[in-house]
Amino acid sequence: MTFRDIFESYNWDETKASIYIKTKTDVEEALHKSKRNLEDFKALISPAAADYLEPMAQLSRQLTLKRFGNTIQMYIPMYLSNECQNICTYCGFSFDNKLPRRTLTDEEILQETEHIKNLGYQHILLVTGEANQTVGVDYFKNALKLMTPHFSHVAMEVQPLDTDEYKDLVTLGLNTVLVYQETYHKEDYKKHHPKGKKSNFDYRIETPDRLGKTGVHKIGLGTLIGLEDWRTDSFFTALHLNYLEKKYWQTKYSVSFPRLRPHAGGLRPKVDISDKELVQLICAYRIFDEEIELSISTRESEKFRNNIIKLGITSMSAGSKTNPGGYVVEPQSLEQFEIDDARSTKEISEMIKQQGYEPVWKDWDASLVSTH
Amino acid sequence: MLKIADKIFTSRLFTGTGKFSNSSLMREALLQSGSELVTVALKRVDVQNEQDDILLHLSHLQFNLLPNTSGVRNAKEAIFAAELAREALETNWLKLEIHPDPKYLLPDPIETLKAAEKLVKLGFIVLPYIHADPVLCKRLEEIGTAAVMPLGSPIGSNKGLKTIDFLEIIIEQSKIPVVIDAGIGSPSDAAKAMELGADAVLVNTAIAVSENPVQMAIAFKMAVEAGRMAFEAKLAKSKNFAEASSPLTAFLD
Repeated sequence: MTFRDIFESYNWDETKASIYIKTKTDVEEALHKSKRNLEDFKALISPAAADYLEPMAQLSRQLTLKRFGNTIQMYIPMYLSNECQNICTYCGFSFDNKLPRRTLTDEEILQETEHIKNLGYQHILLVTGEANQTVGVDYFKNALKLMTPHFSHVAMEVQPLDTDEYKDLVTLGLNTVLVYQETYHKEDYKKHHPKGKKSNFDYRIETPDRLGKTGVHKIGLGTLIGLEDWRTDSFFTALHLNYLEKKYWQTKYSVSFPRLRPHAGGLRPKVDISDKELVQLICAYRIFDEEIELSISTRESEKFRNNIIKLGITSMSAGSKTNPGGYVVEPQSLEQFEIDDARSTKEISEMIKQQGYEPVWKDWDASLVSTH
Repeated sequence: MLKIADKIFTSRLFTGTGKFSNSSLMREALLQSGSELVTVALKRVDVQNEQDDILLHLSHLQFNLLPNTSGVRNAKEAIFAAELAREALETNWLKLEIHPDPKYLLPDPIETLKAAEKLVKLGFIVLPYIHADPVLCKRLEEIGTAAVMPLGSPIGSNKGLKTIDFLEIIIEQSKIPVVIDAGIGSPSDAAKAMELGADAVLVNTAIAVSENPVQMAIAFKMAVEAGRMAFEAKLAKSKNFAEASSPLTAFLD
């Protein structure tokens, strides 16, 4: 059995309706419990909870402090390639976008690595499009061999792979894999992914199961906010999380909430989410799952990021480039999406300190994994 | 005076180093707490870096470092991490913590026992973090750990001594020091643990996350001293039954 079996017992429209009928009483009950279930999560993301934003934020802050203390984990993405065989309506790297394609060579990877290391980062996120011929498992294996000696924690956000392929990468020191479903609305998913391997909804939704079997240290989930009703998509993310936490109980989980960002040839969001609603969503995740890591990227604005630190977020990127070679090799190449918060790592680090938090650069050690 | 392995401690408050808003505040709070044993997660320090921020702030005569294996999921990983910690931090003291469950960070008794046995043979002073399981404590004592560290409630939960009935059995039966670790949320919890006869307590979250960590550290110091003093002075027993004015057994006198 995989998550797909559970997912298929749900109906999108009914699920959506069950969130929108939640009442203030449901929200209050959810806030007063000591352990919350999926029905409570529905109440917390429902329109009825909009009036409880301040108490939700207070509770979220208190729970986050208890578990994570006054700290923010720092990470930075490194884009290795923008080659991609998929057509995705919302992505700058989409196959049908006419842009120069580039995949970093060994030497270029090391140049970017040196730059990133000098900024102080120990946790890195490797990102690519999906081009299995040129940027497949062999490319990843090579990249890991090059990079694991330089970082204490290596995460990847690349195309979904098979269990055996993941196993090989974990053995080489891969700690975390982020794989976002984009949307759990199956029909809409097809519309947004008309061509390429990514158009296979079922293969993607079973990816965390394939990962769980490898014993990988951490799995990141999320949906792309803007494609479909964010409340319903978030419920399915929480359902997925709940299933994974019970089944692959030795794995850690993180959740991100990327909002659609402008890019070359970009898509207008079908559904907008306001800042208020995004705060509600972040607090709802924290109140629902006190131990989950919540991550925020440079897609968000300076003001939003400054203020969200105290509300439940536990990890943050800074000074990100979303183009391969963007740090030193070829800063002018076309990016996947425009980041919003363009402040440097140093500026973000200072801002975090001013808020009374410690930016944490290292919270893992490659020596802690026996397969290594 | 508390003695663990060959070391004498005047303070019975052990502390953690995580969750503080900055390293200077951590140092100040730990200094004021009087703590002489501070645990530090191997995963948080950069042992290659001589200027590591946490280690620099812990370099003080008052502090003995107690490296911990937080993050490992089994005995094999724990032993590897322990060796690395011993080499890098130049101490054979080790807080052995194996929690394969990253959600509640509850310790794995089977892997902990396996790792402890091996580590003791390798010459480590092992302080294992475990559930409040009296039988496991005796098994660890038999294989030669320097102390046992049963939990009061889950790490970071601030829920206090939820396992009190089992802690009492552990304290009663143990021939090695009992350090109550995890879940101590307030000075009154720490005082209570000391009144029960615990040899020491380990506190982190409650100090680090308080609005004034330095003041809270001092409060814990005082609570631990008061609790210990009360234990040594022997608390008056609370009575479970009244003393009858016409005793039923008076005819025997």
